[in-house]
Formats: sequence, C-alpha cells, structure tokens
Amino acid sequence: MEAQAIFDTLKGKFGDAVVELQGEGFSPAFVVVAPAAVKEVSRFLKEDPNLSFDVLMCLSGVDYKEKFAVAYHLHSLKQHHVIGLKAMLPRETPSLPTVDDVWPGANFHEREAFDLFGIVFEGSKDLRRILLPEDWEGHPLRKDYKYPDFYHGIKV
Amino acid sequence: MSSDPAHSQPPGHGSASPPGLGPEAHVMVGNADLFVNWARKSSLWYLLFATACCGIELMQAGASRYDMDRFGAVFRATPRQSDLMLVAGTITHKMAERVKRLYDQMPEPKYVIAMGSCANTGGPFYKDSYCVVKGVDLIIPVDVYIPGCPPRPEALIDGIMKLQKIIMQRKNYGAKA
Repeated sequence: MEAQAIFDTLKGKFGDAVVELQGEGFSPAFVVVAPAAVKEVSRFLKEDPNLSFDVLMCLSGVDYKEKFAVAYHLHSLKQHHVIGLKAMLPRETPSLPTVDDVWPGANFHEREAFDLFGIVFEGSKDLRRILLPEDWEGHPLRKDYKYPDFYHGIKV
Repeated sequence: MSSDPAHSQPPGHGSASPPGLGPEAHVMVGNADLFVNWARKSSLWYLLFATACCGIELMQAGASRYDMDRFGAVFRATPRQSDLMLVAGTITHKMAERVKRLYDQMPEPKYVIAMGSCANTGGPFYKDSYCVVKGVDLIIPVDVYIPGCPPRPEALIDGIMKLQKIIMQRKNYGAKA
C-alpha cells in the first residue's frame, strides 16, 4: 500500500487521533498521531491483514528544541511496504504509552530513547538506562544538555 | 657431626661476613634480578580485554601470521592469571569502573599497555564526548603507549618488546622504588 492509502485507512479508523501525513520530503512518509493513541494505532498497524507491519525497524527520539518527538519506522515482510509513525510530545512532560507489547523488540529502543532524551514510556515492562551508568545525571542528546565536569572523580 | 655451636649456624648468618664481602653484598641479588626479569619478560600473559576495533588487530597479532606467542605473550581469559593488561579500545565512563576492578584483580607485578588512540587520549572522541574517558591513564598507571587508530600488529609487537626492555631494567625483584 502507498503512504496515502495507509494514512486514509488510519484516518478512517481513528479519526482525530491521526493528525497529518508528512509525505513530501520524508522517506518513509510519516503519519503523525496523537501520543495517547500510539499503542492502539500500532496494534492496528500490526494486526490488520492488509497492513501487517510486523517489523519495528527503528524507534528514535528527536529533539526539535520546542518539543520532542518519537519516530517509529515500520516495515511489513508480508506486504512489502514501509511507513513511519511519529508522535509529538511537549517538552515539559515527554511521555507516551509503550509499544513493547506490540513489538517486543521495542524495549531496547525505548530504553535508549529514555536514556538519551528522557522520554518516558508508560507501562513499559523494563524502563532503565541502557547505555549510560545508572547514576548518570541528565539526558545527553537533549539540545540543552550541559556536560558535567567530573564523573566519579574522572574528568569528562 | 660435630656439636660445636660454631658449626650449627648456616654460613653468612652469623656476625662474621664471608671473606672479602661486606654485610651489604649484592652479587647474588643482581644475578637473581637478571634471572627473574628474564623469566617475567618471557611469559607476558595478557588479559583478553578488547573494547573496540583495536581488539581486531590484537586478535590478528595473536594469530599465526604475526604470532605473538613467540615472545611468550599468550592471552588469558581471567585477570587472576594475567600480568599484562592490554587496553585495546575505547573506554567509556561506565566501563572505567570495570577496567579498574580488573586491574586490581591482577597479581603483582603487573603491567599495562595502552593500545591505540582511544586508550591513549580518547582519540577521535576527545572533543565533545560526554561518555568516553580521555585516556586510560586517568584510571590505571600505563607503562607503554602505542599510537595508531588502530595500530598494526607490528606496532603492537614493538610495544611488547619495549615493555620487555622496561622489565629487564627492574631491580630488587621488580619491587616498586
């Protein structure tokens, strides 16, 4: 299916929770959805036989300075099509439902986004830092991150 | 055997010194140093510790083409049997504690070779990196630095031979001065 057809299907199913289609200049095209609807949209994308997006290729955090975003890259091995999913989050409280019960592999990606951006995935089965030490302060890939001078007595 | 108390003491432990040598003679110790240092430099068992692409060159140096075994340097999978730590690769702050712990578990005398730019100075991650330690000598003492990104096996073998020269200059059984 083409991106426009996938967008129309989602729009017909979820209505206002599906905001817009970022088609031109995006590869793959991104469907922007409301953060609260991410889990329902994900489950529909995976389980609908015409869509059947069975692979979550990548889950990334994005810092747009005034807001955060989480981008999902989806691929279907059965239908041979791709789509992107994007949720915009407010900078003060960046949180949205987890999708690790839809695609179990999402867990490590979500932990990375939590570690480096501080995005909270509600209902996650295991949301801990994955790359940095447990006692690290701050989230380094945020644009307003300030480097510490020392970590455990070692100069950073 | 005579019961004479003068013969019951081992030679050299009495109040009298052997003829021609003062009480602080170092002749035997000097030869023992030579022997002990030779033995140590010829069996540098190194800890298998590779954290980045330098590890690939380290494996290659240990394999048959470059054959580091001919210098007595073979890898060990545990720090308790190693006396050389080859830090081959990038050390992050999370890894730094593990490096220190592994180093502390090695028996004395122990030596450290920092292999490659990352272990020397942080290398390509020196500027604007929050997570990479800027040189492994901030954590543990380093004997030999090998530059390169990554160094070729020849450079690694040269570093091993430099360390062997350092070991041969040790005095008093390698005790720290």
